[in-house]
Amino acid sequence: MTSQVLRRGRGPGSSGALRRQQTRWALVFLSPALVLFGLTVFYPMARALQYSLYKWPLGAPKTFVGLDNYRRLLLDDGDFHKSVQVTLYFTLLSVLPTLLLALFAAVLLNDARLRFRGLFRTVYFVPVVTSLVAVGYVWRALLEPSFGLVNTALGWVGISGPGWLASPDWALQGIALMTIWRDLGFYMVIFLAGLQAIPKEVVDAARIDGASAWRRFWHVTFPLLNPSIVLAAVIGVINGLQLFTQTYVMTGSAQQLPGGPLSSTRSVVIYVVEQTFRPLEMGYGSAAAFLLFVMIMVVTLVQFRIIQRKFEY
Amino acid sequence: MRAATRTLDVTKYLLLLMGAVVMLTPLIWMVLASFKTLPEILTFPPTFLPDHVNLDNYRGVFETADFVRYFVNSVVIAAISVVSVLVTSSMAGYAFAKFTFPGRDVLFIVVLATLMIPFQVRVIPLYVLASDLHLLNTYAGMVLPTLVDAFGIFLMRQYMLSIPNELIESARVDGAGELRIFVQIVLPLAKPALSALTIFTLVMSWESFLWPLLVASSPDMYTLPLGLAQFAGRFLNRTDLQMAAATMTVLPLLIAFLFMQKRFIEGLATTGMK
Repeated sequence: MTSQVLRRGRGPGSSGALRRQQTRWALVFLSPALVLFGLTVFYPMARALQYSLYKWPLGAPKTFVGLDNYRRLLLDDGDFHKSVQVTLYFTLLSVLPTLLLALFAAVLLNDARLRFRGLFRTVYFVPVVTSLVAVGYVWRALLEPSFGLVNTALGWVGISGPGWLASPDWALQGIALMTIWRDLGFYMVIFLAGLQAIPKEVVDAARIDGASAWRRFWHVTFPLLNPSIVLAAVIGVINGLQLFTQTYVMTGSAQQLPGGPLSSTRSVVIYVVEQTFRPLEMGYGSAAAFLLFVMIMVVTLVQFRIIQRKFEY
Repeated sequence: MRAATRTLDVTKYLLLLMGAVVMLTPLIWMVLASFKTLPEILTFPPTFLPDHVNLDNYRGVFETADFVRYFVNSVVIAAISVVSVLVTSSMAGYAFAKFTFPGRDVLFIVVLATLMIPFQVRVIPLYVLASDLHLLNTYAGMVLPTLVDAFGIFLMRQYMLSIPNELIESARVDGAGELRIFVQIVLPLAKPALSALTIFTLVMSWESFLWPLLVASSPDMYTLPLGLAQFAGRFLNRTDLQMAAATMTVLPLLIAFLFMQKRFIEGLATTGMK
């Protein structure tokens, strides 16, 4: 009886033999995951770090060059710098509007009195489950400068639309537009979950105190939603920094490498794949990929600091 | 006051309706264009409904690309990923949630930390590994990076923490073996988490593009997104054919979603990471 009480919360047994048995069974349950982790995560990570220190065209012997790949990437490689710039700009262009629109939609759709609430949610979420490659080609057609639907619609309200994917100044915006459309519903769901977790009494109390709808949102709902906003922002930025498929689909073809026009949409990941698998320089590509990793980590940590501090109450 | 509320309500509905139109138009346009002829798609101003429903585009796609095969490949690869992720995640999650062993917490943090690593960092060595093991252009090679998922382990562990220890204890007292406890008691109780993880892994697998692009070298190994990209890249100006192919790529998951909306949204939202 006593032992039963002691055991609570810790699984069975605390005596030596039982503990050894526990460890053995834990290992049994863990081993499939750990073996696969070793093979597909830890081993490749160690290898990637090693490759990044070598000059290694595939098929040829590799030569140790120390940190030279990193030095070249950071100091000499204008193409890489441009790809970093493109990636950061895309992240800003896509994530900020997506989060704002998603938050707006979530707030509207959180109203229990709203009719067709479920239907609206479904409609807004549908793009999330469409294939990114497929909708990439759809948007490529929609963004066609002269007869595409987007510029036609802009024409209705008197705006002459830009050249989108054909223009170095607008191609990235076109890709961002498509990404906003596709991801909005996903972040909306995150925000809806966050909104539903806010106790109704808190908002009601503010209403009784005479706070206007806007003040209730800005001073009560918004701060309480902070965990969802941090989550959404972090996921959004991590996704944004890994831009690949959209660029590949919307700017490439059998005749033309993706990333154009004039490398205006060539993201870091496009660059890594190009470096690695065209001239097959595994070492240089690995170093570039590692720099992306560092970039993602730094941006994520900075985000946690900034966003979390700003709204602490 | 009441008039003001009503105006606000009308504005609300109008905004939501406009949003809904924007969200649906690209998809409706895709489906309608897939039945149009190329000149019809290129007319200015654009038409809405096709002149007459013609299936030539679908016929055209099937003549040059084997989309049935791509579909089957996508299904096989998704099935292997889902089964493997469910098995490894639930087993490891159970070990982390319900067993005490030295180094448990450190190991769990290490597993979680791998979520920070973008796939692109691992992709080059994984490619070399797949090549060394002669797995390029095989199903085994295609699923290799998707067999285990740190987030799945995290999700299962969190869920299994809520399973009462007494239940497991009393089964032990009754003499049930550890494997039997896991299969007959723990797994059935973890069904909601397993279902969310299934949807999440399915969508991830269905979407994956970079890895299949590198590993699949012959058309008979293409998945739907890869087959579509190769097809569309070859027929760059044939928007009519592209939209038929795109519609076929989008449809399977969309149908699954419409039948199981709640599970899809929960699955994608609870797991969060996309």
